[in-house]
Amino acid sequence: MVAKSTELTKRGFAQQLKGGVIMDVINAEQAKIAEEAGAVAVMALERVPADIRAQGGVARMSDPGLIQEIIEAVTIPVMAKARIGHFVEAQILEALKVDYIDESEVLTPADERHHINKREFRVPFVCGCRDIGEALRRIGEGASMIRTKGEAGTGNVVEAVRHARSVFGSIRQMTTMSPDELFAYAKDIQAPYDLVAEVAREGRLPVVNFAAGGIATPADAALMMQLGVDGVFVGSGIFKSGDPARRAKAIVEATTHYEDPRILAEVSKGLGEPMVGIEIDAIPRAELMAVRGW
Amino acid sequence: MSAKRIGVLALQGDFKEHAKMLREIGAEPVEVRRAEHLTDLDGLIIPGGESTAIGKLLVSYQLLEPMKQLISSGRPVWGTCAGLILLAKDIGGLQQPLLCALDVTVRRNAFGRQLDSFETDIPMPEVADEPLHAVFIRAPLVESVGDGVQVLGTLEDGTIVAVRQGNLLGTSFHPELTGDSRFHLYFLQMVESGSAAFSAAHG
Repeated sequence: MVAKSTELTKRGFAQQLKGGVIMDVINAEQAKIAEEAGAVAVMALERVPADIRAQGGVARMSDPGLIQEIIEAVTIPVMAKARIGHFVEAQILEALKVDYIDESEVLTPADERHHINKREFRVPFVCGCRDIGEALRRIGEGASMIRTKGEAGTGNVVEAVRHARSVFGSIRQMTTMSPDELFAYAKDIQAPYDLVAEVAREGRLPVVNFAAGGIATPADAALMMQLGVDGVFVGSGIFKSGDPARRAKAIVEATTHYEDPRILAEVSKGLGEPMVGIEIDAIPRAELMAVRGW
Repeated sequence: MSAKRIGVLALQGDFKEHAKMLREIGAEPVEVRRAEHLTDLDGLIIPGGESTAIGKLLVSYQLLEPMKQLISSGRPVWGTCAGLILLAKDIGGLQQPLLCALDVTVRRNAFGRQLDSFETDIPMPEVADEPLHAVFIRAPLVESVGDGVQVLGTLEDGTIVAVRQGNLLGTSFHPELTGDSRFHLYFLQMVESGSAAFSAAHG
């Protein structure tokens, strides 16, 4: 008997991406540069988060034609973003046979109360989180991979660090809780009890956990890896920099050799201009992306 | 007898799952990221991951030649999924760095995209008495095998998904993800009999 789109194939696929870098690309040419640099997958989208931030307006799923072109241009997996709660965008992305859907706060949410019921889909989903409760709610809805949100399009890693520290710190606390405390904790963080108990038992999330949002340098990528994530998403950080091909390759190498400062020093040399960063406090609250979703 | 030191190529992919399996069956896993990590190994596993990404890192960090030497020294080397692609002599003309060791032609992403990933049971009498549960993720398949390559497992339609050629083992599926250690035990036996043969020849 052959079984497709099982929990094991969905979560197992994310396992194959570990230790790797997933790069935002807006056309086939960028997708090829990313593949050549050693990306494990590309995220196909119309505008990188830095431009969404600068241009404003409603950000939606990309043109299916563009996604198709990117799928045809590379042999590595292709992911694409749907708006939070926009299950029809997700249906369209599944019909395009993208390899993963990112239900993403970088796009303008389509539903202020409900995330997509991801269990209904054959294609796997990755979702963002700021803390353990949000991560487990998304997994409960069927996400097969999690990424900490960070603050996309800023080139500032501080929010990614905050979210990763929050998730890993909570997991460490959970491993020391008694069973009665775990029931109360599940209520406090508004997460399914069974998932809370599983995380407490295993000492880690049941799915792969990448970092995202604000990673702009090889050192940023290695920092997130040392904090304990399984890999990194880099959005605006590559194609908004002075020398994308070189920076992309350096971030790939830093993600592999994240514990080797000599290699990190070597790959960080002469990369040209990084993307221009934004101080988080300088962003009006209504324009923060990480607070979208719940 | 001391635990066998088995390297797991740790450039990218699910190497931690292989290391965990090896620990469970009493071997000592060694993460390999640079050439010097390849010394004093009894065997090597190349995990699943993205073969293009792993291939580029193999070149950048000068690992291809030392890994070829490890293979020609007769030490057992096993590639799963991306690892099978990297071991192959021929991947149908795609331009990627390869170890060119296993005499097979492999087709990448042969079953389609992620939506076509699947799991199934496969009888592999050479490896275990009962069928093994196998998970295929954007998996490659073996299109043809050269002389001296033994087919260990096929799908019902005859598609080749597990092969052995002397000290080389290749599977297009992921035994590291199913919690079943029989395939790792089979590889450990290859490592143990390999070192026995090595001591007999050089002892």
